[in-house]
Amino acid sequence: MPFEILLSIVPRFNLKPSITHAHEGLLPWPSITIIDQIEQILVVRKLVLIMEKGNGCCFSIMTMPNLIFILITIFIIFIIRILLVIHQSKKPLHYSPPKSVSTLIVLGSGGHTAEMINLIRVLQRDRFTQRVYVAASTDNMSLQKAQVLEASMVDQAGLDKLKETAQFMQIYRSREVGQSYLTSIGTTLIALGHALLLMIKIRPQVILCNGPGTCFPLCLIAFLFKVIGIRWSSIFYVESIARVKRLSLSGLLLYKLHIADIIFVQWPHLQKKYPRTRYVGCLM
Amino acid sequence: MKTVFVTVGTTCFDALVKAVDTLEVKEELSRKGYTHLTIQMGRGSYIPTKTAGEEGGLVVDYFTFSSSIADYLKSASLVISHAGSGSIFETLKLGKPLIVVVNEDLMDNHQCELAEELAERKHLFYGRPQTLNQTIKSMDLGTLIPYMPGDATPVAKIINRFLGFPDI
Repeated sequence: MPFEILLSIVPRFNLKPSITHAHEGLLPWPSITIIDQIEQILVVRKLVLIMEKGNGCCFSIMTMPNLIFILITIFIIFIIRILLVIHQSKKPLHYSPPKSVSTLIVLGSGGHTAEMINLIRVLQRDRFTQRVYVAASTDNMSLQKAQVLEASMVDQAGLDKLKETAQFMQIYRSREVGQSYLTSIGTTLIALGHALLLMIKIRPQVILCNGPGTCFPLCLIAFLFKVIGIRWSSIFYVESIARVKRLSLSGLLLYKLHIADIIFVQWPHLQKKYPRTRYVGCLM
Repeated sequence: MKTVFVTVGTTCFDALVKAVDTLEVKEELSRKGYTHLTIQMGRGSYIPTKTAGEEGGLVVDYFTFSSSIADYLKSASLVISHAGSGSIFETLKLGKPLIVVVNEDLMDNHQCELAEELAERKHLFYGRPQTLNQTIKSMDLGTLIPYMPGDATPVAKIINRFLGFPDI
């Protein structure tokens, strides 16, 4: 920018282009030969002084406030958008519902999966379709159980339809039990990337999860999708029945960050401790 | 035939396997009228001693994993389990008397919360590996209150309403 300003001034004062050396930090004085009027010299001197001081500095003085202003505006808009999304998430969806909603179901290990399957059993299959089950790549049992459940539900309609209504996917786990913290930084990044890929692919309208650590990155990405406007998904989190006195880390993060639309707990005194959760009996 | 079934799920819980393999616990179980002891030892490395039940003792058998844990639970008269919620609720739903033994070696031991709570509500007995024989000695199966299984329908109803689906 200062360079362009400089060039636009050059013809007015009949200066040789060598003055542009000032841009590289050299004094233009010795190379100026055509100046014959004292006023002009003074003006050029002033100009050079400004450039000596400035070169970049005058650039930042001029544009920094603009940049900061733009960044602050973007930041404020982003915060307002996040607050709006949080506010909107707390309210039921008022529009007439679609015939069905694509549903992402995050499965955990043993007990978690048993609870989730109890919930899926009572959900209307025609409303919550297509169903995508996700489990950690190290956990084969959970997807098997989900497949058994899905197969048992479509016995009448025929197994051919199963592929249309249910999908089964695996996701990298950010940290295995006993893994060192140093290597877990890398694996966490890989897991986040994989979660993002999966979420872009699935873009669910509803997310159901109940406590495995794998659900947090997925919910966080879903929330960001809501903020940016890629996809509005309703996030339902059911805290595991094993949590009697306090929420799990995933549950606490979803609660504190207002990421989940509804958090269910399975013990009445847990609901009292976290007033924004809901208690309507247990799943097991 | 009265069988005691010990299960550690997919975990490694040698302390429990060792505890049920002690003479005190076995004698206490015999005194209570149990005749067989089957141990599902999971990923543990401690191998219990198999016995065929000579001199009126318990018939002891063990295995690591099985796809038919449910069958073992169904045929058991008493279940001694780790604190995993899967094992706990599977046993409670079958209406079997249950002793939950908490694994004190686990770092984040939130699972004992569940066992403690259910023990307070008299659905099961709750103990530690070192004091298992006393837990068995003092337990009175008559004091147990049957567990009423939960129901996911209210949760499903709220989710449906939230999404704008009409009630059925």
